[in-house]
Amino acid sequence: MLSFDGLVAVCVLYVAMLFGIAFLAEKRAAEGKARWLSSPITYTLSLSIYTTAWTFYGAVGSAVRNGLEFLTIYLGPTLVFIGWFWLLRKMVRIGRAQRITSIADMISSRYGKSGGLAALVTVLAVLGTTPYIALQLQSVTLSFSVFARPGAFGAPDTEQTAIWVAAGLALFTIVFGTRSLDVNERHPGLVSAIALEAIVKLTALLAVGIFVVWGVADGPADMLARIEASPVSQSSWNGARWLGLSVLAGAAILCLPRMFQVLVVENSDERHLATAGWAFPLYLLLISLFVVPIAVVGLELHGPGANPDLFVLTVPLGLGQDGLALLVFLGGFSAATSMVIVAALALSTMLSNHIIVPVWLRLSRHDDPMSGDMRRVALTARRLSIGGVLFLGWGYYRLSGGTDALAAIGLIAFLGVAQILPALLGGILWRGATRIGAAMGIGSGFLIWAWLLLLPNLAETGGGLPVLFEAGPFGLAWLSPATPLGLAATDPLLTAMVLSLGVNTFLFILGSLVSFPGPLERLQGAQFVNVYDHSRPLYGWQGVAGAADDLLIMAQRILGTGRAGRLFQAAAEAQGRTGGVPEPTPDFLERLERELAGSVGAATAHAMVAQIIGGASVSVRDLLAVADETAQIMEYSSQLEAKSAELAQTAARLREANAKLTELSRQKDAFLSQISHELRTPMTSIRAFSEILMQADPVDDAARARFSRIIHDESLRLTRLLDDLLDLSVLENGRVTLNETEARLSDVLDRAIYAAGAMAEDGRLAIRRDRAEEAVALWTDADRLAQVFINLISNAQKYCDAAQPELTISVRQLPGRVEVEFADNGTGIPPRQQSLIFEKFARADTARGAPGAGLGLAISREIMARLGGGLSYVPSGGGARFRVRLPARALRAA
Amino acid sequence: MGGRILLVEDEGNILEAIGFILSRAGWEVQGHGNGATALDAVARTGPDLIVLDVMLPGRSGLEILRDLRARPETAELPVLMLTAKGQARDRETALELGANAYLTKPFSNADLLATVTRLAEARAATGRG
Repeated sequence: MLSFDGLVAVCVLYVAMLFGIAFLAEKRAAEGKARWLSSPITYTLSLSIYTTAWTFYGAVGSAVRNGLEFLTIYLGPTLVFIGWFWLLRKMVRIGRAQRITSIADMISSRYGKSGGLAALVTVLAVLGTTPYIALQLQSVTLSFSVFARPGAFGAPDTEQTAIWVAAGLALFTIVFGTRSLDVNERHPGLVSAIALEAIVKLTALLAVGIFVVWGVADGPADMLARIEASPVSQSSWNGARWLGLSVLAGAAILCLPRMFQVLVVENSDERHLATAGWAFPLYLLLISLFVVPIAVVGLELHGPGANPDLFVLTVPLGLGQDGLALLVFLGGFSAATSMVIVAALALSTMLSNHIIVPVWLRLSRHDDPMSGDMRRVALTARRLSIGGVLFLGWGYYRLSGGTDALAAIGLIAFLGVAQILPALLGGILWRGATRIGAAMGIGSGFLIWAWLLLLPNLAETGGGLPVLFEAGPFGLAWLSPATPLGLAATDPLLTAMVLSLGVNTFLFILGSLVSFPGPLERLQGAQFVNVYDHSRPLYGWQGVAGAADDLLIMAQRILGTGRAGRLFQAAAEAQGRTGGVPEPTPDFLERLERELAGSVGAATAHAMVAQIIGGASVSVRDLLAVADETAQIMEYSSQLEAKSAELAQTAARLREANAKLTELSRQKDAFLSQISHELRTPMTSIRAFSEILMQADPVDDAARARFSRIIHDESLRLTRLLDDLLDLSVLENGRVTLNETEARLSDVLDRAIYAAGAMAEDGRLAIRRDRAEEAVALWTDADRLAQVFINLISNAQKYCDAAQPELTISVRQLPGRVEVEFADNGTGIPPRQQSLIFEKFARADTARGAPGAGLGLAISREIMARLGGGLSYVPSGGGARFRVRLPARALRAA
Repeated sequence: MGGRILLVEDEGNILEAIGFILSRAGWEVQGHGNGATALDAVARTGPDLIVLDVMLPGRSGLEILRDLRARPETAELPVLMLTAKGQARDRETALELGANAYLTKPFSNADLLATVTRLAEARAATGRG
């Protein structure tokens, strides 16, 4: 016999192999290579998680206690798969079409995406599944203890076993169940691992059965004789219980969260269901084939005192078949682990989607549920849920392990999830079913079930039924779970089943009849009930004859004649037909639809093809999808419009910039032309007079002196012009360095008047000043300011046309600034030229012939701008009047 | 060679220089500094030849030229244009408007004299003046 350590080693190896298989499957699936993954056999094998460790070991135990009653657990599902195959197919189709992620999602989607219903179903599922997980942990622990012999690590600790198994399963489920948040929610690695485990458990049971029939007995005939003689065949037959248990098992296969997960969510191809329709019942048949022989031989070997639940294991062990026993152990281990893994995965999806994430969203007020952040939250919620579910299962096992309560909880759990059945069936088959009805049905069934079965069972776990359950609350006997409605419940399970499902169904129908469905509910109701009209099978179109010409016309309209012709021609050739019109086979229709979708969107393409081949009417859902696509196109076109408006704006800005550049270029040309003129004019005089002086033809001394003087003056004029140009360039480029110091306004004016030569004895221009006003302290560049004053004074000298020219300089102190005005008594500047005088080279007409290039005022204005003030012409009735404005910061206390 | 020349030029020094040169060559020179009244001066003095600056206060030399060509009595009057802008476009405009010759400032005295002489001879050859 194996030591405990050896057993642990085998388990670890086995689990490592499962990890390997799962990893390999994920990798192959990602590469799109795994054909065996998408085989109907894999699908069927994954369905076998229905047979858990409870049935793996417990069926033999049940056969010993109650005869053939264990068969009901297999009978119900078999009847569902054979008789209600159409219902399974409809569920799978709905699941695919609506992208259903769990049984709770199914119910919630059908009833108008109700969050409350989803949460209710989730709670029900958790309550119904947790004890089941505890059962699996118990069976693993029990099977360990059968093998338990003290090893190198001392006596085995069964408590330790349970917790390690739970932790290992949590890890496996997290690794392969929450890799990503895919819309399809399929887990190829996980499914292939449980398919392998299905083979292991079937092989183990068959091996024990064959050993028992041909190894212990002498073949089937001897076996039948032994069965005849065994107490197993003496059990009475309880018809009501048979019926009840079969219905319960049938309901469970539809409603159990883990079954829904493998049956609907993990389904990758609807056609797989057809294979499962006969293969799964066959699997159940095979797994139950040798239950009775094992039970009979077990009783013969170990007697009625032994635990019949472990006969599968103890029969080969007792006969010294250690290898066979190990295989059985691995089979039971597989049954337990595969159930726990899928159950934890299904529950975590429900808990995360319908309880944790909605609550988190409400608490954190996140308004973008599609963000990456949200996905991370959902994944974390699932991982935590998996851990939480397994912890709950382990906790329940610690509380109730080994008690009758745990043994009984299997069927109780079945009845719990069966409360979903009326709402599920009604939702699929009856458009009139409403959310109110579903909530009333599930809610009432749940309460009755909890009161009659779950709470007493939980109470029993604590040791004995409290008075509350014995006598009923407030002493009301009809409320007691022991005697509900005054019935003496001989079989509490059956009583509770009839009561809970009866009330559930009644209230569901009643609630649906009296309440009115919302618009979303009605739409979803139609989607579910008439799912075949609204969705297409996974594998494409049903071929419809005779529509090819219409399809060609439509395709030409959308794809263009050339492309449509080529498409049809190629398809016809591939089908071996002449004439260029292919048979509208499903493959061809699918291809055509894809091509059309590229132009008009998937939903529209589907609707158009559907219209022509008449296979299905265009549903509301199709129309909604078309509307969605149209909205997207409109969105796109409005984006285009925005882009084009943006472009127009850019173009306008470019035109503006271009106009500005053109204007600058024109100004530059004009400026160069002006400079040319201003340079050439003095040069003309200089050249003409110097040539005169150079000629042999003599001129008199007076003329020579005069000509030399002119040449000299014009040279100075050229120099001044160049100085001014450089000055202006420096000022305009802002490269001027200001030398700011403290200065008195009166001193600056003195200097300017002196430099302008206006103090000279022969000065024509009389200057009037008020020295008291001028006592203003400034902080400025005194040289530059003087330059401005000089320019204004010499302008007056040059241009004032009065008989007695006079320049009045007045100073005004205003808040924040000081103004100096230069006003002469001439005729002033004509209004139409006032705006031009500050332009470069712009001399007023009257100034023609006067020296100067016309840069003085332009320079002065630039200087004042640099000094933070300004220079302006003040229009007045009298002579020219210029105002120099000095800024506040140039002002110092007088 | 002799005759009356009307010299329309706003720069006093240039007026003096050209006047001196042409006078010494035997011409009778009348100076005039304003564009606006140049046509009156032409009518008053009846010159044999006009030396006309382009940039004039009051009225541009090109406008004056156009008016001269528009009037029958001055349509054939030889006109020498002077400009300080030195751009090819000005020269073309002037010749299109009917200027007989064109000089860019600064010019050499010899060029000035040669041009004036050529224009006077050409006019003499047509049998007028």
